[in-house]
Amino acid sequence: MFTFLLTDIFFYMIVISIILYVNYVRKTPDIRETWSYVFRNKTGIISSVVLFFFISTALLDSIHFKEKLYDTEADKYVYTSEIKSLLDIILLPIHKNSEKSYSSPFSSHLYSKETVKFTNNKDKRIYPDLLYKGNHNKYSDDNAYNIFITGSISIIKILVLSFFIYIIIFRREIFKNNSFLDPLIRNKVFFTSLFSMSLITILLYDLGSQYYILGTDKVGEDVLYKSIKSIRTGILIGTLTTIVMLPFAIFLGIFAGYIGGIVDDFIQYIYTTLNSIPSVLLIASAILMLQVYMANNPLEFENIYERADLRLFFLCMILGLTSWTGLCRLLRGESMKLREVEYVQASQTFGLNKFSIIIRHIVPNIMHIVIITVVLDFSALVLAEAVLSYVNIGVDPTTYSWGNMINAARLEMSREPVVWWSLFSAFLFMFVLVLFANLFSDVVRDAFDPRANKNYE
Amino acid sequence: MIKYIFKRIIYAIPILIGVNLLTFTLFFVVNSPDEVARLHLGNKRVTQEQITSWNEERGYNNPLFYNSSESGLNSFKETIFYEKSFKLFLFDFGMSDSGRDIKYDIKERMWPSLAIALPSLLVGLFINITFALFFVFFRSTKVDYLGVIFCVALMSISSLFYIIGGQYLISKLLHLVPISGYEHGYESIKFLILPVVISVIYGIGSGTRWYRSLFLEEIEKDYVRTAKSKGLSESAVLFNHVFKNALIPILTGVVVILPLLFLGSLIVESFFGIPGLGSYTIDAIQSQDFAIVRAMVFLGTILYILGLVLTDISYTLVDPRVRLK
Repeated sequence: MFTFLLTDIFFYMIVISIILYVNYVRKTPDIRETWSYVFRNKTGIISSVVLFFFISTALLDSIHFKEKLYDTEADKYVYTSEIKSLLDIILLPIHKNSEKSYSSPFSSHLYSKETVKFTNNKDKRIYPDLLYKGNHNKYSDDNAYNIFITGSISIIKILVLSFFIYIIIFRREIFKNNSFLDPLIRNKVFFTSLFSMSLITILLYDLGSQYYILGTDKVGEDVLYKSIKSIRTGILIGTLTTIVMLPFAIFLGIFAGYIGGIVDDFIQYIYTTLNSIPSVLLIASAILMLQVYMANNPLEFENIYERADLRLFFLCMILGLTSWTGLCRLLRGESMKLREVEYVQASQTFGLNKFSIIIRHIVPNIMHIVIITVVLDFSALVLAEAVLSYVNIGVDPTTYSWGNMINAARLEMSREPVVWWSLFSAFLFMFVLVLFANLFSDVVRDAFDPRANKNYE
Repeated sequence: MIKYIFKRIIYAIPILIGVNLLTFTLFFVVNSPDEVARLHLGNKRVTQEQITSWNEERGYNNPLFYNSSESGLNSFKETIFYEKSFKLFLFDFGMSDSGRDIKYDIKERMWPSLAIALPSLLVGLFINITFALFFVFFRSTKVDYLGVIFCVALMSISSLFYIIGGQYLISKLLHLVPISGYEHGYESIKFLILPVVISVIYGIGSGTRWYRSLFLEEIEKDYVRTAKSKGLSESAVLFNHVFKNALIPILTGVVVILPLLFLGSLIVESFFGIPGLGSYTIDAIQSQDFAIVRAMVFLGTILYILGLVLTDISYTLVDPRVRLK
């Protein structure tokens, strides 16, 4: 049975609106020209392919359902209270079982020694073997050789797959004559990056089902799985927040700039006030109050999933409410400029009403600022999540997130030998996502910003 | 000029009132004082008497806006709004929920914050501008391209990584400086070096890129072309003309954050155990001491507005074309 968490629904809406926007871009020649600059640029292509993989993972992780189980006592089918996502099903070989405690990456035994009773009743301090992964090699007992064989088989898999995809799909006539897709298909960089990302995915999957690639954490959970699950939280914080912020910024910005007068004064007052409060403090205050509310009304939430989900949603709301002011100010300035432009003046003279002018002339001409801001904000928000979770005002402690992983791993650095893999994986995944988001936003800004210095890039 | 400053202060009042109302709504209307008290006392098996006495000790027992049991002016004075929010205007921060004088704590703790924030700002400024000038000098070459990539990579790393990594490498492996702690006087230097270095490194990515774009914007202007056609060398143009003019936006960008330096950095201070205002705020957030958080919000707002006024004034000082009215 499918269940829809609140953030799921919003995430679907975001994906649908992206698809609608792509469709709109295809039909509008000048915006298509601008976007095609992004996809002609090497950095642009590579980063969008990487981001596509991240967003697909988040999307797979956003399709939730409850499993149907046969209850033998009641003699009927019941739904489990546990909510699973499609990604959980796909990654089942990776996270099916968990060990007892820490183990280092690719290790075959636990991190710490334990006393084990042997058959001749002699106690010995040894590193106990891992129960589920690490010493169940598929192809050879020699680890290096086994990894090599597994890797080679993954490469063969992906080669065969891409060959068939190429033959079956991309050689078709529809793609050859499609002006939007054709340049992409002929692009070598696009294929190379798509190929490498698929290879990495398959490699992680194949190796991940035989080894703990990134080790296990304190309760023996696979760190790779945790890091992958955290992608959804990161992406949601980056995208949902902007969705919350956009209506405020766009409506208020345009009203203030285009209508002016007392409306302008009032809107300016609101955003100056909000802007004056240091944002961390504002976020902290709002989250603290949310915590008090949740602690006092525990009955309103059906289960921990919904509770955690609601907190994530509220975090996005609060981040959105505190971050719309910057964009609003930019849009106000731009609409003030546009108000005086000849074609807007002309439509006013023709008697077009204000609403139609805003929709027809103002909105399309400020969209470039909106797009630049949205992509620029994304990476900052992903990084902010980690910091907020570290201060305990981020997502719920039960949610998988890089911030929570870092927070939990704080004390592990002082262990001897050091437990570095949890921190390392959280930082690595976050770094990759943020790096490519930054690179992507750079290219987008160059494409959309009329003032961008294209000579120097 | 004095008239302008006076005007700006008048403008600041409605903003402060707005901030005050907002925090008041957040802290007292969204959740009633009773609910906050219940949270502090541990939620389960809390009697109404305990809650009432907890509130009485901290002065949360009055009505929110209007006290009908008092007469005259006192019916407004004996309220939570007057006691807890209005008094902030008189810089009377009151007692924290754990019973300490907030004003005294703030006065004590702002200096360690400043001791980290000011050196970080100055050293960071110097390094960022140097890098930016270097990249601009080699613009449109491989050096500049690699530099930008390097900056983007630095920007993409979480601030927590710099701190945890730096502490591990410098303090734990190399034993160069203590991991965390603080002492007053000159002894504090050994505790301050690492946080300052880490703050500077963290800022290099975004700072260098920002200054680079400022310089590039300046280099497009007509006077640069004129200077070049006069036969001046590339470096003379860059350092004498472009650098000086680009200093205006750089300077004003710095001035606006100067007052906020007192607030310190939340993360850096709490990791390094510096008893500044940043760690004060974090501790307050973690122990849910709302009185401190309220005071810090108000203080932060005042400092921000102060920064804006200072920015305007610094414009008139460095750019003769700007006159304040």
